[in-house]
Amino acid sequence: MGLLNALDNPINADGIILGKVEDLFNWGRAKSNWFLQFGLACCAIEFMAVNASHFDLMRFGNIPRSSPRQADYIVISGTVTLKMAERIKILFEQIPEPRYAISMGSCANSGGPYWQHGYNVLKGIDRVIPIDVYIPGCPPRPEAFEQAVLKLQEKISMEEIFKKRERVAQEDKMLESMLKAEENNFIENVNKHI
Amino acid sequence: MTIQEIYDLLKIHFNDDIKEITDISNGDSFITVNPANIFDILQFCRDYETLDFDYLTLISGMDSGENLGVVYHLYSMKFKHSIVIKAFVPKESPNIQSVVYLWRAADWHEREAFDLIGVVFDGHPNLIRILCPYDWEGHPLRKDYVTPQEYHGMKVPY
Repeated sequence: MGLLNALDNPINADGIILGKVEDLFNWGRAKSNWFLQFGLACCAIEFMAVNASHFDLMRFGNIPRSSPRQADYIVISGTVTLKMAERIKILFEQIPEPRYAISMGSCANSGGPYWQHGYNVLKGIDRVIPIDVYIPGCPPRPEAFEQAVLKLQEKISMEEIFKKRERVAQEDKMLESMLKAEENNFIENVNKHI
Repeated sequence: MTIQEIYDLLKIHFNDDIKEITDISNGDSFITVNPANIFDILQFCRDYETLDFDYLTLISGMDSGENLGVVYHLYSMKFKHSIVIKAFVPKESPNIQSVVYLWRAADWHEREAFDLIGVVFDGHPNLIRILCPYDWEGHPLRKDYVTPQEYHGMKVPY
C-alpha cells in the first residue's frame, strides 16, 4: 500500500505522509475484522481448528464476538437447513454495516451432497444473504480458510468509502421517491374501488 | 430368553393379538402384533417378571407402501435380552396408543415418528413436530412425499 511505503523512509519525507484518507480507513478496517461466533455443521469443527493455536486466526486480526451487533462478518460454516436459513438472515441483518459474509464448504455454497434429495436443505446460502468469499471443500482445510480471510481483507482494502456514500445517498433518494409513487398509486386504486 | 420363548409367552397371554414371528438370519427377528392392543402388550413386556424390558432403545416409524409401521426395540438390563415388536396401522387412520407412560424415552421418539412419517400417537402429552418447522406441510419420509417448490419464499429444488 502506498501509504505504508512512505513509512519506510520517514526522514526523507520530513515526517510527513501524503495519502488518501480512504486508504488509512481501509487499512484499519481490513486488518481488524471481527467475526460472529457461529457454527453450523461439520465445517464448524474445521473452523474451530482455525481458531485454535495451530492456525491461530487471531494473528490476522480476527476476534470472535458473541453478538452480531459487534461483528463485522459472519461465517456460514455448514449445511443450511430451511429452518436455520431464516435465523441466519436475521443474524446477518443484525450485523451493522459494512458487513461481510464468508460461505464455507460445499453445503453452504450449493447444498453439497444434499443438492438432490435434501427436501429440508437450502441449496446455497447466497439465495438468502449476499456472500463475499466462497471457500470450496468438504470440509475446507484450515489453510483454505486463512486464504479466504486474506481475500476478504484484500476486498475490504480496495473498497471506496466516500464516493460510495454519495452514490448510496442518491440511490436511497430514488428508492424513496419510487416507494412514494407506488404508495400513491395504491391509495388511488383503493379510493377508486371505494 | 430367545425370541421364540418370548413369542410363546406373549401368545399365551394375548392370543390373537400376537400375529406372527418373522425370522431374519442376519438381523433382528421381529414379532408383529395387533396395533389396537399395543399398550397392554408393551406394558406386559415391561412388567412381567421373566421379561423385564425396562429399557426402550428406540421407536421408529416406517412406510411399507400400503401401511405405516411402528417399530419398538426393547432391551432388558437385567436379563440382557432384547426384542423387536412391529405394529402396522393403515394410512387412512394412522392412530396408535402412545407408550409415553411406560417409558419416558418414548416422548421424543414418538414426536419424530409423527413428524417424519405421520403416525398419530393417541394419548401423547405434546404431539408436535420435533425436527421440521412447525408450519411444515406433509411428512417428508413417506414414500409418496413430494418435495415442495418453495418454503417461506425460498426456492427448495436445486
